[in-house]
Amino acid sequence: MSTLEVQVWRGGERGAFHRYDVPRQESQTVLDVVTYIQRRLEPSLAYRFACRVGMCGSCAMTVNGSARWTCRTHVNKVAQKGRLEIAPLRNLPLVRDLVCDMREFFDKWARARGQFAPTKTRRDAFAVVQPATPERREVDAAIECIGCAVCYSSCDVVAWNPNYLGPAALNRAWTLVNDARDGARGERLQAVAGDAGCHACHTHMSCTERCPKQLAPTASIAGLKRATVAAALKGKL
Amino acid sequence: VSAARRETLLWFAQRASAAVLALCIVVHLITIVYAVRGGLSAAEILGRTRGSGGWIAFYAVFVLAISVHVPIGLRAIAIEWLGWRGASRDWTVLAIAAALAVAGLRAAWAVFA
Repeated sequence: MSTLEVQVWRGGERGAFHRYDVPRQESQTVLDVVTYIQRRLEPSLAYRFACRVGMCGSCAMTVNGSARWTCRTHVNKVAQKGRLEIAPLRNLPLVRDLVCDMREFFDKWARARGQFAPTKTRRDAFAVVQPATPERREVDAAIECIGCAVCYSSCDVVAWNPNYLGPAALNRAWTLVNDARDGARGERLQAVAGDAGCHACHTHMSCTERCPKQLAPTASIAGLKRATVAAALKGKL
Repeated sequence: VSAARRETLLWFAQRASAAVLALCIVVHLITIVYAVRGGLSAAEILGRTRGSGGWIAFYAVFVLAISVHVPIGLRAIAIEWLGWRGASRDWTVLAIAAALAVAGLRAAWAVFA
C-alpha cells in the first residue's frame, strides 16, 4: 500500500505546516485523509465537517493551493506526486489548525439583506410561482448554495477590500431580488450597491470556477449590477 | 444622494464611458497606423486636422470619455490598494479628471486651431 505525504497547517496565523504520512486507499477523499490524521496520528488536530456528502458546507479547506469541499474531493484528483498540502480557507480569520471563524462570512449575508421578507401572512393562500418565469429561472440557477465559503476564500476582491460582501452573500441577495414573494427589493438593492457590494466585483470569476456546486456567483453579481443601475436610473435607489 | 445611488451611477458612468472608449481607441489606433505607414508629415497631418469639425468633435468625445473613465477606476484602485476612501480621495480623483480633460482638450484644440 502506498503512502501519501500530507502537509497540514497547525496552529494559528503564525503556525506552520506539519508532515503526516497517511496510507493511500482507493476512493479516498481529502476529508478521509484529515480524519485519519486526527484519529490515528494527531488527536489535537482541529477541523470541521458534518454531513460528508456535500450538503452542509462545513468541510471546505485549501487543498494544494485551491479552496475545495474536502468531503467530495478525491485524493487522486488533487494529489501531486503523492503529496497533499491542506491549509485553512483564505480570507477568514483563523481559529486554529484547519478551522476558520465564519462569523464575518455569514454576517455579510445579513448585511446583503439575505433574509426573506414575506409579504403575506399564514392566513393567505400559498403563493403560486410558475417555474418557467424568467425570475424563477434566475433563482433556480443560484439557489443551491451550501454556504461553504469556497467562493469567498477564492475571491481576490475580498482579499483587497475586507468590507466587500463577497460572492456568496451577493448570490443570495440575487435569489431574493428575483423572488416574487419577497417585499424588500428596494432595501436589498440599496444594501448590495457600492464599493462593498456588487460594483466592487472585477469579474475575475474565481468564485464561479471554484464553486463546488457549479453555481455562477459572477452571473448573479452581474444581475445585481444591472438591477441596481436600472433602479438608480428610475430614481428608485 | 445616497451612497448606494452615487456608487451605482459612478459604476454605470464608467461602463458607459468604456463602451465609448472601445470605439474611440479603435479609430485612434487606425488613424495612427494610417498616418505612420502612409508617411504623412506633420504639415500634412495638420492640413487635415485644422478646421476639421469632425476631428475636433471626435477627439473631444474621446478626451471626455477618458476624463470620466480613468478617475472612477483610480477611485476603486485607491480603496483596494491603499484603503483610501472619503472626501480627500474624491477631490484627488476629481482633480485628476479635470487635469485629463484640460490637457486632452488643449491638445485637440492645438491641432484644430
